[in-house]
Amino acid sequence: MPIPTPFHSRTSRLCTSMQWKEWAGYYSVCSYGTSHDPEYFAIRHAAGLIDVSPLFKYEVRGPDAASFLSRVTVKDVRKLKMGRVTYLCWCDDHGKVVDDGTVSRLGDEHFRVTAAEPSLSWFDRLRRGYDVEIEDSSARIGVLALQGPTSRDILAQLTDAELGEIKFFATRRCRLAGVDAWISRTGYTGDLGYEIWVDAAGAETVYDALIEEGRAYGIMPAGLDALDTSRIEASFIMNGVDYYSAHHCLIEDRKSSPYELGLGWTVQLDREPFVGHAALKRELETGSRRRFVGLDIDWEEVESLFDRYGLPPELPTSAWRDSRPIYDSSGDWIGQASSGVWSPTLKKNFALGQVPREHSQPGEKLLFEVTAEYRRHKVSATVVETPFFNPERKRS
Amino acid sequence: MGSSYDAVIVGAGHNGLICAAYLAKAGRKVLVLERRHVVGGAAVSEEVFPGFTFSVLSYVVSLFRPSIIRELDLPRHGLEIIPLETAFTPQRDGPGLCRWPDASESRREISRFSQKDAEIYPEFSATMTQVSRFAKNIIDSQAPDPSSLRPQELMALLRLGRSFRAGEHGSLDLQAKLFTMSAVDFLDRWFESDVLKAPMSVSGIIGTYLGVRSPGTAYVLLHHYMGEIDGAFRSWGLSKGGTGGISLACARAAEAHGATIRTEASVESILIKGGKAHGVVLENGDEIQARTVISCCDPRRTFLGLVGEESLEGDFVQRINRYKFRGSSGKVNLAVDRLPQFRERSGSAHLRGDVAIAPSIDYLERAYDEAKYGEFSRRPYINVVVPSLMDPSVAPPGKHVISCFVQYAPYHLKEGPEKWPEKREAFGDTVVDTLAEYCPGFKESILHRQVITPWDMEHEFGLSEGNIFQGELSLEQLLFQRPAAGWSRYRTPIQHLWMCGSGTHPGGGIMGASGQLAARSILESRQL
Repeated sequence: MPIPTPFHSRTSRLCTSMQWKEWAGYYSVCSYGTSHDPEYFAIRHAAGLIDVSPLFKYEVRGPDAASFLSRVTVKDVRKLKMGRVTYLCWCDDHGKVVDDGTVSRLGDEHFRVTAAEPSLSWFDRLRRGYDVEIEDSSARIGVLALQGPTSRDILAQLTDAELGEIKFFATRRCRLAGVDAWISRTGYTGDLGYEIWVDAAGAETVYDALIEEGRAYGIMPAGLDALDTSRIEASFIMNGVDYYSAHHCLIEDRKSSPYELGLGWTVQLDREPFVGHAALKRELETGSRRRFVGLDIDWEEVESLFDRYGLPPELPTSAWRDSRPIYDSSGDWIGQASSGVWSPTLKKNFALGQVPREHSQPGEKLLFEVTAEYRRHKVSATVVETPFFNPERKRS
Repeated sequence: MGSSYDAVIVGAGHNGLICAAYLAKAGRKVLVLERRHVVGGAAVSEEVFPGFTFSVLSYVVSLFRPSIIRELDLPRHGLEIIPLETAFTPQRDGPGLCRWPDASESRREISRFSQKDAEIYPEFSATMTQVSRFAKNIIDSQAPDPSSLRPQELMALLRLGRSFRAGEHGSLDLQAKLFTMSAVDFLDRWFESDVLKAPMSVSGIIGTYLGVRSPGTAYVLLHHYMGEIDGAFRSWGLSKGGTGGISLACARAAEAHGATIRTEASVESILIKGGKAHGVVLENGDEIQARTVISCCDPRRTFLGLVGEESLEGDFVQRINRYKFRGSSGKVNLAVDRLPQFRERSGSAHLRGDVAIAPSIDYLERAYDEAKYGEFSRRPYINVVVPSLMDPSVAPPGKHVISCFVQYAPYHLKEGPEKWPEKREAFGDTVVDTLAEYCPGFKESILHRQVITPWDMEHEFGLSEGNIFQGELSLEQLLFQRPAAGWSRYRTPIQHLWMCGSGTHPGGGIMGASGQLAARSILESRQL
């Protein structure tokens, strides 16, 4: 049975729709209201407050913390400066992705790692020879994502931190509503936004203060449905949806390398060996089989397809994550889209998925499966650059 | 002036900007000239009081074509549309009726007035969806020409006929009725409760000098209802930063494709030689040459103002003279220090949409009665929107802007339209007094007020007789008769002079279709 997060006493009162799901063993709100639309639009136009406490969190401490994380992950974490956050992934020995997350440098010898899956034993297995302590802080720390254009204004009412200094992918320790907290300029929505990290004991105080101060700035508690729409618009991948951790795959073909997931930019090969190093080097030389791409599904075709049945186009009301086939222009199966959404902002129908490298260039015309009136059809889809939605304020 | 353009567009309303963007995208050298200091025409945001940005005139996005958003990549140029979620009709002595996105919640609300209505409501919506598919064909293509025997025209009519027939539920019958009935007659066939019918019927009279019981208003109702259906694509809503945000995004898209936009460049007249337009003269005397001139102004300003009667045939002049404007609405924009508190409603969820002061059909008809005799309604229909609730960027934290669309405020006052400036504040007081009957304490919350009469719309924004749609959006002025029979396809009797404003098919609202279709017609004509 799932358990409550540190914010549960507050979120449960606000979740009038009773739409919950389990996320990493916790009760998580899908949508506070019967429709998640207002929550999505709050994220894009005001601020959405999302309880992301179920993220797995690990505190890596010790003289060798930096070199240990550089060994475990694909990035040279030793170069990460104090107060900076970086996004990366980690692989198995065969260069297949185990998980992805962020690493924050909270001190000279203190890093915080986030993960989608329990990772302590994996880190522990690789720990030998390094002078590090690893603490699973998942339950101890509550995390709120405050995302949207007014998020900075809201925080400014509540904290002594110089928010102008917390630049994109920076983090600072501060007092927030009288509670000791870390604020990072990060998020999973592709918008201006922050994540707030507090000890469970102070969680409710912070939540109440944000909702109270946020009212004048249009704050709204937002659930995972609104988050999912935002993250697909921002083209962020999701473990267990867009790829499977190499640890869980029964067959090789299911596993993905960082290059196949569009995470090649996080891989730093010119350094001492790390887990998966040799395999990734080889893959870079010989080339990857697949690429992760964004697809723009031709809306006019979808519309005329439904029109054939005398129907207006039917749109999924929220993001989908059941995989759907992708075909080449001659109709042969070449890959699958793993998640997609009708973008309420861009008025386009997007999908994320994997296709063979030779079909992955932007502009490539492919076919995508659409079901209309119980029948399956193929409509045109074009490979486009990601992220789909990339407002200037995201980095501001 | 040595500069010469492929196309010069008079007026930077959203249609003019969209037309410019499409022409520039097709590689043409385009210049847009705007008289005011800001682009947008009636779709404009202005910080009228420090910290408060008003959508000065047009305040909601209805029917904005999603194809324009995609083809011009408007979100990349800053366009963001926030959908309206609710439709609330307050009452003076009760909690009123709120329609919600949640169907069950709406059913429960309507049930308080009529269980029958509550259960028929989804059936009505399904039928309207059917009818709207037909309407969509109309607004996404040129008006058909029923007088032509050209195969192309006949095919178009045939397609239209087919889409007429395509609907189920005997919708041909339904559509014939829609074209001729009054909004109230049409709604009476479905519903019995006044508090539901009244706000729905209002869609039939927006921007017209008609009452909800006047024949032909059922079609206009459909025209607007489309916006809600199209809501599946979320195009019924607010533009971030006010409706000017749409115009700015269109302007940026046009500029990104190479178009030039000049503000404070007032066009005096269109240069015509041998029945052909070849440029414009500005008020300062500058002449600008262009292969094509496109007017985004309304038909009267275009032909009787910029062109001049002397260049037109008498018959055409007469038709333009007969084209009805009869502006009937005003606008009151308020800056307030708190949200309005309606009776027996707490929280703000019911304000995240539009609020209609339309408590009964008789209320609306009575409001029209006064207008018929040249007075503004003492208790008018008011459509209230609180954009700052969903878009905090338009007001200081904790404060709000309230947009009130008010009907009837007839341009033709019995004492004459020129008396409007004297009546402006009395009109504003009427609106505030009316709202205060529904919201105790409302008057005390007001920090600033902007009152716009039809006279102001004409003189400040160039809308003849203050008509918000560049000509009444009534049945006899739609389709192939907009603005005049034979001239519904953006062409004019003057060669190389085109129209692209709301005074052309399909017209009305922030739809963009006129600008888009005009550009398409101009490019297809190969004149450019």
